[in-house]
Amino acid sequence: MTREYKRVAYYPGCALEETGHAYNRSTKEVGKALGLELVELKNWNCCGAMEVKNIDPKVETYLSARNLAIAAEMGFEVVMAPCNGCYHNLKKAEYDLAADPATRESVDRLSQRAGHKTYESGSVATIHALDWLKAAIGEEGLRRRIRNSLAGLKIANYYGCMYTRPRHIFPEKDKGPGSESTAKPHFMDDLLAAAGATCVEYPLKTACCGGAHTLSDSDTSTRLVLNLLEGAEVCGADVIATECPTCHTGLEIHQVRAEKVFGRKTRVKILYFTQLLGMALGLSARRVGVHENFSDSSDLLKARRLG
Amino acid sequence: MPIHEKSLIRPENLVTHERLVLEGVDVSGDWSTFIEPRVVTDYNENLQDEIAALPGGEFLHRCWQCGSCTNACTVNAINPDFNPRYWIYLVRLGMEEELLRDKDIIWQCVSCHKCTYACPRDVNPEGVMKATAHWLELKGLTERKPSMLFDEVFSEQVFATGKIEDGRVLRQFFAKTGQSLFQDWLVALVRSFVRRLPLGLMMRLGFAGVFRPRTKGWARSSAAIRDHVAERRAEERRALGLPAGGPEA
Ligand code: SF4
Ligand code: SF4
Repeated sequence: MTREYKRVAYYPGCALEETGHAYNRSTKEVGKALGLELVELKNWNCCGAMEVKNIDPKVETYLSARNLAIAAEMGFEVVMAPCNGCYHNLKKAEYDLAADPATRESVDRLSQRAGHKTYESGSVATIHALDWLKAAIGEEGLRRRIRNSLAGLKIANYYGCMYTRPRHIFPEKDKGPGSESTAKPHFMDDLLAAAGATCVEYPLKTACCGGAHTLSDSDTSTRLVLNLLEGAEVCGADVIATECPTCHTGLEIHQVRAEKVFGRKTRVKILYFTQLLGMALGLSARRVGVHENFSDSSDLLKARRLG
Repeated sequence: MPIHEKSLIRPENLVTHERLVLEGVDVSGDWSTFIEPRVVTDYNENLQDEIAALPGGEFLHRCWQCGSCTNACTVNAINPDFNPRYWIYLVRLGMEEELLRDKDIIWQCVSCHKCTYACPRDVNPEGVMKATAHWLELKGLTERKPSMLFDEVFSEQVFATGKIEDGRVLRQFFAKTGQSLFQDWLVALVRSFVRRLPLGLMMRLGFAGVFRPRTKGWARSSAAIRDHVAERRAEERRALGLPAGGPEA
């Protein structure tokens, strides 16, 4: 990889300013601890998540194209998005703009009417926080910097839907050794294993949490999440590591809901992978925003002397 | 498409006689079960074109009925009646009445894209689910579903300000669907959260009502998006043979 990863454009997205603030905080702290620089996009807008496309898919593409155009204008070749939804939408926009002339035309027209430069497809590469840490530091680099090993901690790595599906928008994945797999992603496993953790075999790593209907069809979401939580416990995990604010919050909300509404209690903890990495790098639980999670994992962290 | 649909054989079409003797042979009960023939005459020949005219439905015609989508589907695993492959079959044949039997579950697609991942024909079945749910609502065949209401509340905020504040989306969505904000599980969640919350974040969340996140210089983008959406809506209504206007997104 020839691109520059030590200093990249940062697109936090809406969720990271609110419910997913802990992810924002821990991502920045991990970057700082590793000497990586994140430069936030100026005046970015919402990516449209999973909703705007149902009103109009071309508008959803425009939303991402505007963000990519900002990254290009700021002189960046790489933009990093920690949220699966944002990451997915930027990737999808990149794909659709290159592959579909009708989308290109709509987006150009929208950009023109909105009075800004249209995005030149192919000029900015979108990466996820996982790609960023893999490319900029790597497992070896990480291993050398671990101050508080996660040894003994059993982790189920949960990637959700948007990080790998649909496959065609991720042309760099499934390229053999070293690349990410869409069927069985492993970047988070690799990083947390480098931090000393034991990553359990978790067959549900790309199953769906029902995030699109967290509120509008809560019972379906609760059933799906409960399956993920119980599955992780069956696999022997103490913690589910997440890499998406929608999945993370969905897991937290429906863990409570499963207990209150279905009477099914699960004990597995839910933490962002950046929180786990941060603590392994010697940062305190507070620095990585553990107190900002909806779910309480303090007892586990205390017992393991983490944070 | 010679697909044999077991689901087309319904209890009301099964005929059994409690007591039946034919030429001296007792064929009572299950022995005499037969299936009433069904004749479909009410094809809606425009069904496929109409759904294909809505966002997501564009590649419907590519489907070769392999069933990979249903096999991979998240919702199908918890409700066997949720069957994307079957619905695409019905849409392509114009069997509207059959499709309407499932009108109240199609919206439950969770957009996990397992189907899109599995589909060998790039049909984008996830999009077809959204287009079909949308079609049902535009035609007035179902009431507005929570997912569409959520999409609207969410999108409206993006169009207006360029950003989302999730607390506000939640409140507006609950208000629109007539749900209470004080559901047991939600209260329990907020309670356990607030107990551990530092003052700073509480202030930030509380003040979010005052300092709403918005994108600077968004007005022109907002206007451009609204124009575009209005044009698209008009096109869609024309494609569906509906009068101009109607409930706007
Ligand atoms: S996977 Fe694709 S081609 Fe196969 S039945 Fe589903 S939509 Fe049709
Ligand atoms: S996107 Fe919808 S139809 Fe496709 S697999 Fe997921 S739930 Fe099923």
